[in-house]
Amino acid sequence: MLRPRLTLRGGAVIAIAAMASVVLAACGGSSNPLSGSSNGTVVIGSANFPENELLAEIYSIALKAKGVKVTDKFNIGSREVYYPEIKKGAVSIIPEYNGTLLTVAVDPTSTAATTAQVNAALKADLPPSLEILNSSSALDSDSVTVTQAFATAHHLTSSSSIGALAPYASSMVFGGPPEFATRSDGIAGLKKNYGLTFKSFDPLDESGPITIKALQDGTVQAADVFTTTPQIVTDHFVTLADPKFNFAAQNVTPLVYKKAMTPTIIATLNAISAKLTTAELLAIDTAVIVNHDSYSSVATSWLAAHGLPH
Amino acid sequence: MQWSWIPQNWSIIWPYTLDNLLLGLVPPLLGLVIAVPVGIACVARRWLYPPVLSLTSALYALPSLALFVVLIAYTGLGNLTVIIPLTLFSLCVLIPNVVDGLRSVAEPVRQAATAMGFTQLRRLVQVELPLAVPVVIAGLRVAVVSSISLASLGQLIGVSSLGYFFIDGLQRDFPTEIYVGLGLTIILALVCDLILVTARTLLTPWARGRRVAPSPLTPGPPVVVR
Amino acid sequence: MSFLTFAWDWLKSPQQWHGAGGIPIRVLEHLYYAGLPLLIATAIAVPLGLLLGHHGRGGFVVINVTNIWRAVPTLGLLILVVVLLGLGVLSWLIPLVVLAIPPILINTYEGVGGVDPELKDAARGMGMTDWQLLWKVEVPVAVPLIMLGLRTGAIFVVATATIAAEIGVGGLGRYIIDGLAANNYGEVAGGAAVIVVLALVVQAAFTGLRRLVVPRGLRLQARGSR
Repeated sequence: MLRPRLTLRGGAVIAIAAMASVVLAACGGSSNPLSGSSNGTVVIGSANFPENELLAEIYSIALKAKGVKVTDKFNIGSREVYYPEIKKGAVSIIPEYNGTLLTVAVDPTSTAATTAQVNAALKADLPPSLEILNSSSALDSDSVTVTQAFATAHHLTSSSSIGALAPYASSMVFGGPPEFATRSDGIAGLKKNYGLTFKSFDPLDESGPITIKALQDGTVQAADVFTTTPQIVTDHFVTLADPKFNFAAQNVTPLVYKKAMTPTIIATLNAISAKLTTAELLAIDTAVIVNHDSYSSVATSWLAAHGLPH
Repeated sequence: MQWSWIPQNWSIIWPYTLDNLLLGLVPPLLGLVIAVPVGIACVARRWLYPPVLSLTSALYALPSLALFVVLIAYTGLGNLTVIIPLTLFSLCVLIPNVVDGLRSVAEPVRQAATAMGFTQLRRLVQVELPLAVPVVIAGLRVAVVSSISLASLGQLIGVSSLGYFFIDGLQRDFPTEIYVGLGLTIILALVCDLILVTARTLLTPWARGRRVAPSPLTPGPPVVVR
Repeated sequence: MSFLTFAWDWLKSPQQWHGAGGIPIRVLEHLYYAGLPLLIATAIAVPLGLLLGHHGRGGFVVINVTNIWRAVPTLGLLILVVVLLGLGVLSWLIPLVVLAIPPILINTYEGVGGVDPELKDAARGMGMTDWQLLWKVEVPVAVPLIMLGLRTGAIFVVATATIAAEIGVGGLGRYIIDGLAANNYGEVAGGAAVIVVLALVVQAAFTGLRRLVVPRGLRLQARGSR
């Protein structure tokens, strides 16, 4: 009477065990961030904000169209998180911004300001495993940006220097990405170059909706809004000028792990950089962020429109 | 809510869903593999259970994001950093359930098995564990549903999951994406829950034919949230 | 041991203990972001649970609420509310309250509804009115489970308040989110360490409170039946 009936019960046990082993097998083969570049695949990474994911998508689609084996590893985190990964080759390609790459990751003491100076410094100081390819003319810089209302009330225009905020800074809250608090071109840089001491710093997000909302509703009076953020145009924000180059030139530039490069990859990425301008970048950002078009369709259309592989 | 977005973007939605499913199923299964022997030991040696229970209680109180972050120092930014803490959480639920399940086997049944000549091991495997299955599966359901939901937090440390749609939806001010992420997570959890309920029915043929739909008002182990 | 080294180095630096971003302020902020939702959730869930449990209604809804609650990813809900409502107190308060209600509700419901029917019969036989039955019999018997529910709710809000830093609020989660953004693992580790300590303190506090509040008779009975 106590003889176990193995048929149905055993079947169910086997089913669960099978499910488990399938899962474990898949687990072994799933995307391990430390594998990839060793067997001829390139790993394209991106930072955790939409524009960077879009640029990485453009690189990825173009390279795949040229027959390169590509693994996407987007949204890794901020530079401070993904930089160690690309240094050791776990990631092969990242769309970078030469100025902040230099001042944040490579040489915080650098005073290089223009594109030429920044790239020269990078070529000299990047670790031996890394190099930069050609820069595009597209610029996406950090900034000090205020609302139209604030600008009018304080007689500021986009030609006014950041320094013009000095008399008001002590009653202003400044908002930006969390890392702005500790970066050399962040709060410290604004103080050093323009004598600004804000009342406080509010860590928000990477020039995303939280930063935009905080600026709009007055939680912060000025913010680091990246210059190709579509809302600068749609909400009529005013970006102040940076004559002292607190923020070095920030051209979109591919950062690559040398050992993973082939002539095809280099040629393709350089071709992309040649066609990317600030206006183009703003346009595709708007498509993705404001119109909510998908990253891959915007990337493919842009490549097609410029006669690039897609 | 832009419904057309779903079919248009299915090619990216599906991989994230699978990643989340993986992160949601591996920890409870690993937890079960560990919890069964630990639970058996706790029943065999009664003094073992209170300290084990205190340990799992304390562990269960810890916010998962904090645990993910502790693991980064040891396992970097890969799947293991999410899988290990979620396995620990699953253990916290499963060990008490294995113990309760084994303890719920009525003494007369155990004695009858011994009287029939079952060795201790055979009694454990052929009588006590099968009878413990409903309680264990109850714990497994909690572990699976919680893991699927907590896995989305992994996106904050770059571990691929449905959490991607929350972050991207936030960055692009795009509620549709967020609804999709929420909906898929809940659907995944409920589907897995259903599969486990079915497994329980299949694994306990002796309970069929009797109305055992648990009514909250019948005396018995309450459906409590521990 | 690298997590502990990082955490210790960061924690012993005096600047972490002063100023608006210092640990004491962040702890107070965290208690506020966790405590207020817990209070509101208790004020809603306990009376509701008492009412439903006493009358034996709504069992189906209550059980399924718990299943769904576990399946809802906290990060997703927080982000959804922010995207729909913008920044403001309601953006974090509403999701945290909604998520804290289920554990308290179901445990209160189970506690009251699971009272031994013979006990209730005896009470009615003694001439107790419905109201007296609730307050003199059902609630005292339900107290252990209600306190368990409050403890679970408390741990839950401490964890969700940590995640809320992702949508820009203060509290201890800031150390994790900001530290991750700046790859300052010391800050991340130190913050996680403080959160772990806080969670354990909250857990211990509610466990102690439960022991204090549970009527002596029930405690003796529970000990005796072990």
